[in-house]
Amino acid sequence: MVGDIPAPAFGFDPHRFFDANVRGHGARLGIGYVGHGADWCELSLPWREDLVGDPASGVLASGPILALMDMATSVGVWLRRGAFLPHATLDLRIDYLRPARPGQTVIGRGECYRVTRSIGFVRGQAHDGNPDEPLAHVAGTFMFMENFG
Amino acid sequence: MKLPPYAELLGLSIEPGAEAPVLVMPFADAVLGRPGFVHGGALGGLMEMAAVGALRQALGDDAVRIKPINLSVDYMRGGRNKPTRARGHVSRLGNRIANIEVLAWQDDEARPIAAGRINYLIVR
Repeated sequence: MVGDIPAPAFGFDPHRFFDANVRGHGARLGIGYVGHGADWCELSLPWREDLVGDPASGVLASGPILALMDMATSVGVWLRRGAFLPHATLDLRIDYLRPARPGQTVIGRGECYRVTRSIGFVRGQAHDGNPDEPLAHVAGTFMFMENFG
Repeated sequence: MKLPPYAELLGLSIEPGAEAPVLVMPFADAVLGRPGFVHGGALGGLMEMAAVGALRQALGDDAVRIKPINLSVDYMRGGRNKPTRARGHVSRLGNRIANIEVLAWQDDEARPIAAGRINYLIVR
């Protein structure tokens, strides 16, 4: 039910957003756009040597995957609200189901499944080639800035 | 504690401590989220490194392998244009599982900007 939020003032195009996003943490990690729907977005995190957390195995650090899922779920909120409105991550919980395979691009899908006047509720999963073999699962909330002092 | 390549990307440095090190992340374009604020993912990454530092110091044995199981972060204040510090506290060190609490702050440790709980699997 989304009847309790104001009608969006303008649309939000995550493809254009990520094309224009050449600065900041997401750009530094190499996060890119894959696809989106009415309340979800898929982003990619290509494997790179400077994202590795364990040099012996070449496995990605968990931090970049957390950042990927934070961004994918964040975009899910903008899509569900139909506008690029300011919000902040309130909490995020991630389960690391298995290590990402070295050399593989990680795909993160974030979905906003409920919004209220103040809060967006999100969930998502990450995989490295087969969506049926997820490597991480997240659940979290975003707080909308316009309703807080 | 030897920092991995990802920690270098975040620009982390280590301040040794009696129980656990403090990890310091400078404010830079590489960790920027919405304009003027630290990215939640970078902040979580810093906190994970602080948790690893606390656990490594508690274990005192680099041959032991550790694997992150899960992480839960509460973001309490926006991270501003200044360095962010984080320190982990090992609340329980078992044979197979370690439970770690992490706080991140900027000016005042008593006013954290984020709090996290992280569980690690220990492979001996």
